[in-house]
Amino acid sequence: MNEVAYIDRANRPLYFYAILYLAFLYIPVLFLPLFSFNDNIYIAFPLKGFTTQWYVTMFNDQPMWAALNNSLRVACVSSAIATLLGLFGAKAVTRYRIPGVKPIIFVIMLPMVVPLIIMGVALLILVTRLGFDLSLYTIAMAHVLISVPFAMATLMSRFEGFDPSMEEASSDLGASPWSTFWRVTLPMVAPGIVASFLLCFTISFDEFIMAFFLGGTDPTLPIFIWGQLRFPQRLPGVLALGSLILIISFVLVFFSLWLRRWGVEDTKSGI
Amino acid sequence: MTNNDAFVSLVDVSKHFGSVVAVDHLSFTIDSGEFFSLLGPSGCGKTTVLRMLGGFESPTTGEIYIDDAPMSEVPPHHRPTNMVFQNYAIFPHLNVRANIAYGLRYDKIEKAEVARRVEEALEMVKLPGFGERRSNELSGGQRQRVALARALIKRPKVLLLDEPLGALDKKLREEMQLELRALQESVGITFIFVTHDQEEALTLSSRIAVMARGKALQVASPKDLYNHPVSVEVADFIGQMNFVEAQVMDVHNGNAVLDAAGLGKITAPANSDFVRKSANLIVAVRPEKLVLSTERRSDGQAAVQGTLKTSAYLGDRNHFYVSVDGCEKPFAVVAAEAEASGEKPLDRESTVWLSWAENALILLPHD
Amino acid sequence: MIKATTENATPVMRSSSWRGRLHALYLRSDTLKGFTLLSPTLLVMGLTMCIPFGIMVVMSFWTQIGFEFDTAFSLVNYVEAVEKPMYRALLLRSLTISAICTVVTVLVSYPMAYYVAFHVRKHKMVWIILMTVPFFSSYLLRVFAWKVILGYNGVINSGLKGLGLIEQPLAFLLYSPTAVVITLAHAWAAFAILPIYISLEKIDRSLIEAATDLGDSPVKRFLGITLPLSMPGVIAASLMIFIPTVGDYVTPALVGGPDGIMIANLIQAQFGLVNNWPMGAALAFDMMLVVAVISLLYIWLTRKVTENIA
Repeated sequence: MNEVAYIDRANRPLYFYAILYLAFLYIPVLFLPLFSFNDNIYIAFPLKGFTTQWYVTMFNDQPMWAALNNSLRVACVSSAIATLLGLFGAKAVTRYRIPGVKPIIFVIMLPMVVPLIIMGVALLILVTRLGFDLSLYTIAMAHVLISVPFAMATLMSRFEGFDPSMEEASSDLGASPWSTFWRVTLPMVAPGIVASFLLCFTISFDEFIMAFFLGGTDPTLPIFIWGQLRFPQRLPGVLALGSLILIISFVLVFFSLWLRRWGVEDTKSGI
Repeated sequence: MTNNDAFVSLVDVSKHFGSVVAVDHLSFTIDSGEFFSLLGPSGCGKTTVLRMLGGFESPTTGEIYIDDAPMSEVPPHHRPTNMVFQNYAIFPHLNVRANIAYGLRYDKIEKAEVARRVEEALEMVKLPGFGERRSNELSGGQRQRVALARALIKRPKVLLLDEPLGALDKKLREEMQLELRALQESVGITFIFVTHDQEEALTLSSRIAVMARGKALQVASPKDLYNHPVSVEVADFIGQMNFVEAQVMDVHNGNAVLDAAGLGKITAPANSDFVRKSANLIVAVRPEKLVLSTERRSDGQAAVQGTLKTSAYLGDRNHFYVSVDGCEKPFAVVAAEAEASGEKPLDRESTVWLSWAENALILLPHD
Repeated sequence: MIKATTENATPVMRSSSWRGRLHALYLRSDTLKGFTLLSPTLLVMGLTMCIPFGIMVVMSFWTQIGFEFDTAFSLVNYVEAVEKPMYRALLLRSLTISAICTVVTVLVSYPMAYYVAFHVRKHKMVWIILMTVPFFSSYLLRVFAWKVILGYNGVINSGLKGLGLIEQPLAFLLYSPTAVVITLAHAWAAFAILPIYISLEKIDRSLIEAATDLGDSPVKRFLGITLPLSMPGVIAASLMIFIPTVGDYVTPALVGGPDGIMIANLIQAQFGLVNNWPMGAALAFDMMLVVAVISLLYIWLTRKVTENIA
């Protein structure tokens, strides 16, 4: 008799399905790097030869660097703010008895399901009615809005995994609230903070539609790419850029999701 | 006892969580150097009381005094108390040494002295050489000792312990109970201990507050609680007890004559106000105070006939259950091995006699 | 006996300043402390969502002439949104495309989620991360990848041609509603997997073991226990795909062509070339209402159905 429980027997067909699924998930995206090294201005089979010229062209493109710079700045600022807000919110919601906490969490998580175009439109109207100019600041503001739910979810799971009596014990031993935060809470939540920051960074860095609505004269990288798409001869360069972005964001997100679980007692699997 | 000895006082303390009343107008005092236990079933409010003492909850009404100082505006980190938490709360990102030394930073003690005290603390809880270990490298019992050391090193005026032995297995728990008592006696600090295990409370404490539904039912020494409970609830909670309904026929000279269900006319000491003529009350007697015999004793002691229903052999003693006509529940009788083996073996359904001394009976009011 | 000590207690020296009392009140109230901590987040989220939304709704009742807004209350935009055939058709097309996409995505993702929940024991985390990571990469790039794949001289066509399977490139692949559905399904699949996985993971294994013990076949076990218990996850996944995709802009713009554009492209045009902002606001609000109503209907319907199965 097998040691493995009856219901947990390995299931061959499902296994193949899973592999197939992952393949279909990743392969279309893998075409980008594939053709970025292809010596052909048209993105089509058959493959003509290996070249790195597209990467070189892209490297020399000044507007690209400007857009990249903009994206980095917007992403850093919005992730920092979103993570901070997520930190306060997560601590408040997991450590204190707040009446009506479920509706409050629902409201904070709303941006995750509302179509981005609605939020883009609404924010655009608000900003222009208030008389502000569209700029990187308005984009950053929009990015904070859509990142906070993710920051909060990441940090809530981190806080839930760590025993509140730790902070009480610290307080009991003489630490002021600030000291407790610094010596106990922060070290224990730190992986969650890093994970949240990385997640929000990726979201902001890749975000297109809201930047499209709320951007001014300075483009973010996705806006820049969008602009390039109407020129067929620029396409391979876009592929090169896109491939690099994909690889970096994959690594960042992988790392961030990994960190969310690090150090937390694995009492239940799942996110 | 004069009030001057009162080290910790709760004055009309209540705690409400929304509409739930967790603690209901509690007032009692704890003396310096006592090992005081809060005993009761889950939900009785004992942990809430402890947390209010530590400063983690604030009373909804009422006041708490420690060493004559009111605590209402004193946050946990300024209180002269330290707590050993139920799940120990050992900081996972620090090693044992750093854990124990954690609180000393706020007492402004220099490094050399801190190191010395940590070593001393480790010796005291019998964990020498464990300094470098981390929380996940310790067993439950070891973590508990680290938590103790961490709290005691601060030399608090009061040590609060929240069911610290609950997670340990029976043998370890009994060992730790004795160690805790020895520790408290040597250190001399007031211990306030929360538990739901009445045996544990009886073993460790100088006085116990029996709690239920947010109220203190009785606050007394283990002996007083056992021999002179003030209510059926307390009597039933501590150890085993037999109860019989009775009505008072007459009271004189500190004795009451009662008509008890199943037992007939009996006499018992009467030293409370509620024992008046015609009053309905409960007669209670401990199982070990009942004597079981196959024949009626000839010394004139009060006795009643009954039928043996079940018996259980527990090694050092026997438990018998005897049903008596007119009594709802069978009587529990505890007899030491030696006593029982002297008689011929007792069969099920055999006729037996229960006898008792008058002053073994306790009179309790109806709820 | 309980000692009554009230008569001997020292008089309480409360802080006479209102500050001290306020501070004591603050310390006593757990809720107050919690709310203070929560307030920045709540404020930011509340304001940046409610106020813009409110203004958008208000604007939808205005009209625009040139670059000026006529703030007189008017239902003109909504009337047009409902009556003009093009708008109706576009909304309907958007809803249909999203619905198909949702169904496809959920159906395709369910077995995958099931596999990871029930048949993976080691390295579950790795599987979960592999499944989720694609979603967090650039949406624009993923859609663009499909444009490249489905194009007239794109990957599929040139590949098939190179293999000698077709003579002429398949024209229907790109710039059609089909392209939009395929691209959307692929792009959002990762989002669907998570809720389904979580609800499957939560199912108490002993329930299934009990069913096996009582003689249920695997199919019956699945239909009777696993599926109903995973419905909350399925519902969540469906909504999480349906609602955002109805308003998707990038995919129809890149791979939809004239036959494949969706309502979002129309809305964007109102803020761009067409320059009729109130109309855009009205269309946006209209879309939101329709989606909200459909979602609520869907939740109600699935609840009814699940109750009847169980």
